[in-house]
Amino acid sequence: MAPVGSTTTTASPPRTAARPSRARSGSAKMLARRGRTGWIFIAPFAAVFVLFLVAPLAYAFYLSLFTKGLATGTVFSGIDNYVKAFTDPSFLNGVWFVVRFSIVLIPVQMLVSLAAALVLDALTTRLARFSRLMIFLPYAIPAVIGALMWGFLYSPTFGPLQQLFSLFNAQAPFLLSQGNVFAGLLNVVTWQWAGYYMIIIFAALQGIDPSIYEAAKLDGANWWQVAIRVKIPLVASALVLILVFALIGTLQFFTEPQVLAPVANGTITPDFTPNIYAFNLAFSYAQFNYASAISFALGIVVFIAVYIFMFATRKRGSLLK
Amino acid sequence: MALVATVAAMALAATLAGCSQGGGSDAQGASNPKLTNCTNKMMNDAPQVSVWAWYPNMAKVVDNFNRAHKDVQVCWTVAGQGGPEYAKFQTAISAGKGAPDVIMLEADQLTGFEIQKALVDLAPYGANDVKKNFSDGAWKDVSQGSSVYAIPVDGGPMAMIYRKDIFTKYGITPPTTWAEYAQAAEKVKAAGGPLFGDLGSNVPAAITALMAQKGAVPFTYNLQDPKNISINLDSQPSKDVLDYWAGLVKKGVVGTQDQFTTDYIAGVVGGKYATYVSAAWAPGYLTGAGVGKGSEKGSFAVAPLPQWNAGDQVSVNWGGSTFAVTSQATNKKLAAEVAKGIYADDASLTDGWKTQTIFPLNQGVLKSDAFINNPVDFFNGQTANKDIYIPAENNYKGFNYSPFSVYYYAQLQAEIVKINAGKISGSQAATDLQATMVKYAKSQGFTVK
Repeated sequence: MAPVGSTTTTASPPRTAARPSRARSGSAKMLARRGRTGWIFIAPFAAVFVLFLVAPLAYAFYLSLFTKGLATGTVFSGIDNYVKAFTDPSFLNGVWFVVRFSIVLIPVQMLVSLAAALVLDALTTRLARFSRLMIFLPYAIPAVIGALMWGFLYSPTFGPLQQLFSLFNAQAPFLLSQGNVFAGLLNVVTWQWAGYYMIIIFAALQGIDPSIYEAAKLDGANWWQVAIRVKIPLVASALVLILVFALIGTLQFFTEPQVLAPVANGTITPDFTPNIYAFNLAFSYAQFNYASAISFALGIVVFIAVYIFMFATRKRGSLLK
Repeated sequence: MALVATVAAMALAATLAGCSQGGGSDAQGASNPKLTNCTNKMMNDAPQVSVWAWYPNMAKVVDNFNRAHKDVQVCWTVAGQGGPEYAKFQTAISAGKGAPDVIMLEADQLTGFEIQKALVDLAPYGANDVKKNFSDGAWKDVSQGSSVYAIPVDGGPMAMIYRKDIFTKYGITPPTTWAEYAQAAEKVKAAGGPLFGDLGSNVPAAITALMAQKGAVPFTYNLQDPKNISINLDSQPSKDVLDYWAGLVKKGVVGTQDQFTTDYIAGVVGGKYATYVSAAWAPGYLTGAGVGKGSEKGSFAVAPLPQWNAGDQVSVNWGGSTFAVTSQATNKKLAAEVAKGIYADDASLTDGWKTQTIFPLNQGVLKSDAFINNPVDFFNGQTANKDIYIPAENNYKGFNYSPFSVYYYAQLQAEIVKINAGKISGSQAATDLQATMVKYAKSQGFTVK
């Protein structure tokens, strides 16, 4: 958008002096016609965008400005719900959990997917293709099915972990207990997403011009040096992209804990993450207004987190363009 | 079949499957609306009434009803078991459409929907005609003063299911008081035996019932005075009961496994728990979950619920369902006829109790010889109805439920998780619970006394 607007506005004034009305109206007409054509082209997208994104968001925001109690009617309450949200221990603890979870999960996930991508990029055997598929496979499994499967694997009665431990007459740790649930979920999410991120990095690696490697080798770089000094800097933009994806995804953590909750012996509470809390507020406790406010509050938190992150990586971020 | 609400994965599957099934009440108010999405086939062209219910033998029940009625036909849908169904109903209430005409609700959920004016008072539609079929306690659970908001079907008088083989092995006689229960638990543990019971965090309704057994009255609420509620969760009886169970957990004599899970069922099958303090629908639920089919067959028996004072007969209830008419029903008179008539005929009730799917509340059944003297297979021929469950049901006095059961149960569950992790005492849990619930009630606009 910017270039079109700026050229015309900066270019017009001098011309106005030389050739008054005709040129001006002519270019304005042309611009208007162009504008109309542009609008027609983006209309299908705009319609869907407004209908399914902007309108629901606006409606949710509208809802969040009201309060409805079981014993009272609906009353307009302005930003009261937001004040309540940011002082609600259920919401704040949930946010704190997902923030901690992101801080641990994202580096782990990045390391795993980056290592897998680098190894697969270096190999050219048939085994590499097969491995690539296998590492990607967990992402192809629907998150709900994956979580149900892990619930079974973690089971203290049926799980393979227990069978392994019972060989030594020991009781396997329950990976969804209060002390272990963090690690238990970390494992599920890494398993689910590392393959997807690996594909993104792998694709970026494939796009690198091989002559750069040749040059590096001529300069005497070994495999490690090529990987660390050449490949990683060149896929930095992909890494930043993954980070943003992972950050947004993790702050909105919902599916895995929601599915595992029934087998977690109560560890995963109805306010475990902000999204689960919003879901239960709306559909279990009939508080659609407050649930909307919680959702918006979470949106604010995500926005701030992503903004801080983009600011921190602004030099690398330029690669995103 | 009551608290199957918590049956986790199944419930989830039901949520997913049920998404596409809407109610039928938005049919254009015609006198003879044709509903779609019915699970059953209609027997004739009479006006239809949509019903949400999840009884396992509901298909037979619906056919029995439809066959016997020329003036009305039921269109039945499973919209989830317990929790997921309530969530859909709640959404339909908020949306103002999409609810069925008649809905199956557990008794403890009624007040929460009544206060939202989502249920129809059935008294003007002749509900009191069937009052005589039920005990006072059962009728109290569905009414508010002279208003009647649902027709009861089944209940859950509580008792203590135990393993005869384990009791014999460790020389234990069924405890009649909770003090004896604790002693027996320690005796079994000292002899290297299995766990004596289980404090699952996901059975807050059962734990509330056990608190009520010692005289706790957690909530006093009356719909005639809708803005006032009194909350007494930190009373001495509540604290005593929670401390009692916290003590058993601390000593390691009872488990901390959530119930209605495959892990728990495997434990019940494998003799990991000597007792299961549960309701009258438990044998049916356990049978359905596969218990009693292997080497543990015939090793179960049932005894009355242990008492706090020797010689008392205080009875409490866990679960049990009802049929209510929603205020979105197009033809309320017809819907009320369905609520009164469905699962009330002999054939359906007999099928229900013979398969132990339900513990019926209908006095006609409770007083019939066949039911009283029925040797229960699950208990190896013990006449459990006559000896245990019917006396328990007759002693049940009813309970005063809060208008926010779902929220209350979630908070109690969170406290039990902390007790089970050894983080807090039972008394502390009661105090915390009181504070949380008072705060919540106030935020909902109630005046808390």
